[in-house]
Amino acid sequence: MSDQRPRALVLTGHGINAERELLQALWSAGARPQAMHLNDLVADPGQLGSFRLLALPGGFSYGDHLGSGKVLANLVRKRLMAAIAEFTAAGNLTIGICNGFPVLAKAGILPNTAGDYTPEVTLVHNADGRFQDRWVRLVVNLRNPSPWLRGAPGVVEFPIRHGEGRFLPAEPAVLTKLNLGNQVAFRYQGRNPNGSADAIAGITDPSGRVLGLMPHPEAFLDRYNHPRWTFEPPVPASGLWLFENAVAHLRDERRSV
Amino acid sequence: MHCHVYYKPGFPDGRAARVSEDLRAAVPANVQAVTIGEVYIVDGVANLEPETVERAFCDTVCQVIEVDEPVEVKPSRSGVRPGWRYLIEVAYRPGVTDAVALTAREALELELGGPLPAGAVVQTARRYYIACGLLKDHELTAVCEALHNPLVQQATVLTLSDWGEGARPPARYPTAGDDHTAGAGSVERYDLAAMNPGALAELSRRRLLALSGAELEACAEYYRRPEVRAEREAAGCPAEATDCELEMVAQTWSEHCKHKIFAAEIDYHDDEAAGGGVSENRPQRIDGLFDTYIKATTELLGAGRDDLLSVFHDNSGVVAFDDRHVLCFKAETHNSPSALDPYGGAITGIVGVNRDIIGTGRGARPIFNTNVLCFGEPDTPAGRIPAGLMHPRRILAGVHAGIVDGGNQSGIPTVAGAFVFDESFTGKPLVFCGTGGVMPREVDGRPSHEKAIKPGDRAVMVGGRIGKDGIHGATFSSLALDETSPTSAVQIGDPITQKRMLDFLLEARDRGLYRSITDNGAGGLSSSLGEMARDSGGVHVELDHCPLKYPGLEPWEIWVSESQERMSLAVAPEHLDALLDLAGRRSVEATAVGTFTDSGFVELLYGGVRVGYMRLAFLHEGLPRMRLSARWVSPAARGYAEPARAAASPAADHELREILCVVLADPNVASKEALVRQYDHEVQGGSVIKPYLGVETDGPGDGAVLRVEYNARRGLSVTHGICPWYGDYDTQRMAAAAVDEAYRAHIALGGDPDRAYALDNFCWPDPVQSESTPDGEYKLAQLVRACRGLHDTCTAYNLPLISGKDSMKNDATLGGRKVSVRPTLLVSLMGIVPDIAAAVSSDFKSSGDLLYLAGLTRGELGGSVYARRYGVTPEPSPAVEPDTALPVYRALAAAAQQRLVASMHDLSDGGVAVAAAESALAGRLGATLELAAVPLGDRFAGRLAGAQAGQERAASELADAASPLRDHLARLLFCESASRILVSVALEHTAEFESLTAGLPVACIGTVHSLPRLEITYRGKRVLALELDEIEEAYKAPFGPQAGQSAGLRRGERRGV
Repeated sequence: MSDQRPRALVLTGHGINAERELLQALWSAGARPQAMHLNDLVADPGQLGSFRLLALPGGFSYGDHLGSGKVLANLVRKRLMAAIAEFTAAGNLTIGICNGFPVLAKAGILPNTAGDYTPEVTLVHNADGRFQDRWVRLVVNLRNPSPWLRGAPGVVEFPIRHGEGRFLPAEPAVLTKLNLGNQVAFRYQGRNPNGSADAIAGITDPSGRVLGLMPHPEAFLDRYNHPRWTFEPPVPASGLWLFENAVAHLRDERRSV
Repeated sequence: MHCHVYYKPGFPDGRAARVSEDLRAAVPANVQAVTIGEVYIVDGVANLEPETVERAFCDTVCQVIEVDEPVEVKPSRSGVRPGWRYLIEVAYRPGVTDAVALTAREALELELGGPLPAGAVVQTARRYYIACGLLKDHELTAVCEALHNPLVQQATVLTLSDWGEGARPPARYPTAGDDHTAGAGSVERYDLAAMNPGALAELSRRRLLALSGAELEACAEYYRRPEVRAEREAAGCPAEATDCELEMVAQTWSEHCKHKIFAAEIDYHDDEAAGGGVSENRPQRIDGLFDTYIKATTELLGAGRDDLLSVFHDNSGVVAFDDRHVLCFKAETHNSPSALDPYGGAITGIVGVNRDIIGTGRGARPIFNTNVLCFGEPDTPAGRIPAGLMHPRRILAGVHAGIVDGGNQSGIPTVAGAFVFDESFTGKPLVFCGTGGVMPREVDGRPSHEKAIKPGDRAVMVGGRIGKDGIHGATFSSLALDETSPTSAVQIGDPITQKRMLDFLLEARDRGLYRSITDNGAGGLSSSLGEMARDSGGVHVELDHCPLKYPGLEPWEIWVSESQERMSLAVAPEHLDALLDLAGRRSVEATAVGTFTDSGFVELLYGGVRVGYMRLAFLHEGLPRMRLSARWVSPAARGYAEPARAAASPAADHELREILCVVLADPNVASKEALVRQYDHEVQGGSVIKPYLGVETDGPGDGAVLRVEYNARRGLSVTHGICPWYGDYDTQRMAAAAVDEAYRAHIALGGDPDRAYALDNFCWPDPVQSESTPDGEYKLAQLVRACRGLHDTCTAYNLPLISGKDSMKNDATLGGRKVSVRPTLLVSLMGIVPDIAAAVSSDFKSSGDLLYLAGLTRGELGGSVYARRYGVTPEPSPAVEPDTALPVYRALAAAAQQRLVASMHDLSDGGVAVAAAESALAGRLGATLELAAVPLGDRFAGRLAGAQAGQERAASELADAASPLRDHLARLLFCESASRILVSVALEHTAEFESLTAGLPVACIGTVHSLPRLEITYRGKRVLALELDEIEEAYKAPFGPQAGQSAGLRRGERRGV
């Protein structure tokens, strides 16, 4: 019997650093993940066609020296845009976590409200100007029909670990579009940790197949990752459901084709 | 082209807000706002379009880019630089690594689709437009100081009127290559054989060799040897020493690299031990501290166990973890550089010790970082800072930013550490950086910790290029800091270059493309290749093949430069092409620079000419051994006495609750959560016990527990012990207490008592007797005694030492004033946690749980926070008694494994009062403690009984602040007796817990309850009560989100975080 697990590509290199836990998350969720150095994909973007899921992990791509994810977004725009557009159009799934989110935003892949890959949102330095690692509560926008979010718990907890996670739209109208189009995926609950507009922590593209978020679902794979596991049994659901959703969607889609 | 990137109006800039906040702290003048502009200078690229630079550098959603200087004179309120009065532009000095500029170049090359033309220059700077009131000169100076470090950066200051008159910051900055003529290659020769001691000493001083008279004479003798003269002539080498050779010897023989004091033969005098001051008592001869105490500990403990795979000889110690993995651990210090450039010093310390791990065995992957940072008191009045030194707060801010960037950008979690504050660290901060790593048990079919080089293997340099940065780092750190300290020794690490290199190396390792690896740290290539050459028996290096950052380096500079982010490999010739090809595909520079040989020589060539030719045996074994004298002065002779039977507490006038608040707010105790939250402690996904835990995740843990693999139940602990103040009484006690602190934290986390490994890092003031160090013999005796304490306690706890390091010149002489650090030993521990599901955290868990205090309370106040805050007559510091402590530790470890305990918190700074307050706050639960139930050491119990007898009938005994009983209560609450742990146990487990600890000094001293209050009683009478709110306020105020973050920390932001 052939391997039914959907193939997932996890990009590495140039300062990406959270690939190990993302590979693990995808593996645990039932995907067949593979790490690939960005240079190898750039050398042959057509390779993307043999995968069903593309994941951009967190880290400090190019040191975030020109702004978080900026240079990697430039690379994506210059060398990988056509392959990614084709990949997304073919019904495949993409996720950008932490640093991967500004990459998708600055390359115009998110939120892509008009379908023309014009950058409309960005992620800038936190309101207090400092990096922070803390667990936050997130409200899932259950009206977002994204396959990533199907049947999601209403509130989840993940850690944020970023210095530049403040979500800002180019203009207020973008927020309206995101809200009307149900493209918001996650909002911070309670204290807004970084000053994000509308407390937005994650969004999807209009198709819902591309998801970008600042918090780290791949950092919460079992109870021992959670800061209160020693006294709060059972701790809230881990982040695994997000990846299981993706895998289930890709499998269902395969059957229906 | 000169471009500036600004935030668009209406887009808030968090960095600018933070800078404004700092400037407001630095100057009272009315700082309204700061606008930041990023400057990119591109020179030598023809026909560059503004659209190209916009795409490369500007995030058009929120930023605008201006190409060339704006013509406007008056800033408009609605423009991108609203209402400014001062403009300060900060750029790196020539030769200092500007990682942002390297990335900007890459970004431009990406847009242009190929490399920039030869000679093209990309530079960056940052502008701060400051809207504020008129600043006085000294205020402007303070602002500049807050925004840059003149050692590594240059600042241009313009006022609005300067601007109006047409003044602008530089259109282009000089680069390091500018002032050098290409085609250098000159070699200085020194006829050592003919020099007298005075001339040799002058040469050493002039070239910053830091070699002693005996060492210089050994060198001169080498060049006088007839066989050496003959072989040099035969090899076509000058008879005189070349600068390459001299510098190589100096780096290799530096205290930093060879640990001469730990290898020295020492005569230790202890008049007291000889029995009553007999003057002619014979000194004890110590045949090397390292061999006698440190190596001996591990050899003793290593017999009969097979988990110590590689200790002391590699870049870090390697131990077994499970059947698939081995672990390694190493800690280093980076003190002198951090004194001069706190940010660069710290970041370089972190990425440097990361390389020790990468260079262990055939290459390990870093999985955690640690840091212990020692600074002067944060509230030191500015006037008490010696001229030429930075205020401790500035050093703290810079070092902290360096640790933040170094760990976060490398993707290595910063899991554990400590901040230590003491006046003695005002001259030189101590910056301990540690890293742990993991390797598969086998790589390419052989144990991963083994490496072997064969003659004919190519010597390959990987990573960054060589510049003049970091020349003389090894010798510099072997000297005291003074006004003439070289700035070239300071450098700034670039985590991204190193991360790329690490990714590449792990891939190459797993493909078996190299045979051996080591890092380029102190001493640069001379140290790495010189050390690797011992394996094959020689090395031949073509210095002109080494890639340079810019032309103009002399051969000796190439050989000893400590430019960062470099590793050296030994590569079998048949794998060279594959290795270089892989490097190219990973955007990593790798260059074959020589060949390993079995010639017995280090041979250096430049342009085909021999510029160095030295016997390997002389380089590594020609160093004459030091002979030193140590003289111990007993505590009694220094005025220490056992506490008097009925001494009044010095804090008698203060309420105990007030004292607890003061102790909680001591910088050594207070919460550093606001600082620690800026470290990524979770990346890689292994974190199980995090730095701050509890209901609001604000309770301090005793250390870290992490997993190496998902779904594995076996984990590891990381803890520390450091208590420099205890050394005032006796450094033997200090060392014992440091070992005990690290070990008890390991136990408190649920660790295996027989599977823990320690690192020793000594930071001492110069212990060699001399004119400038008249008390050197005593300081050396302190070192001897610390080694004994370390040895004895580790041996007792079955805790092998697997690696270590020492830094022996932690003195600063500035403006004629000498500031020496307190002798300090850091013990870092990595241990096995058999089951992470049984790991224990320090927060109280449930109302109704019983509280137990494990270990004896002996009432010693010497060196305690309490004594430091309130001043007591000198008295002994806590002693460690392993015979009593170990059975308790073993019982607690068993209780943890059986999941009988709800929480454990180790008692350290501030004693039981602080531990209880922290656990209560963390659990948001109250507790009641009965001090009369605390298990006491015999002598302390005797004194207490006496005190009670004298006060028996006094109903008002507790109200009488001057009473002996008050002193005893203060001791019970705040003494820091070693080997104690506060344990909470759920009611259903108390019977089992008590049977496990039967016969041991473990007693139930109270309960956890749901009232938000810590209440402490003595014989049922309340002696102290504090609401959780009050605890939180005291504990968090000193380093709250806005405190402790004043001026000077902005350097980190230069790096994009």
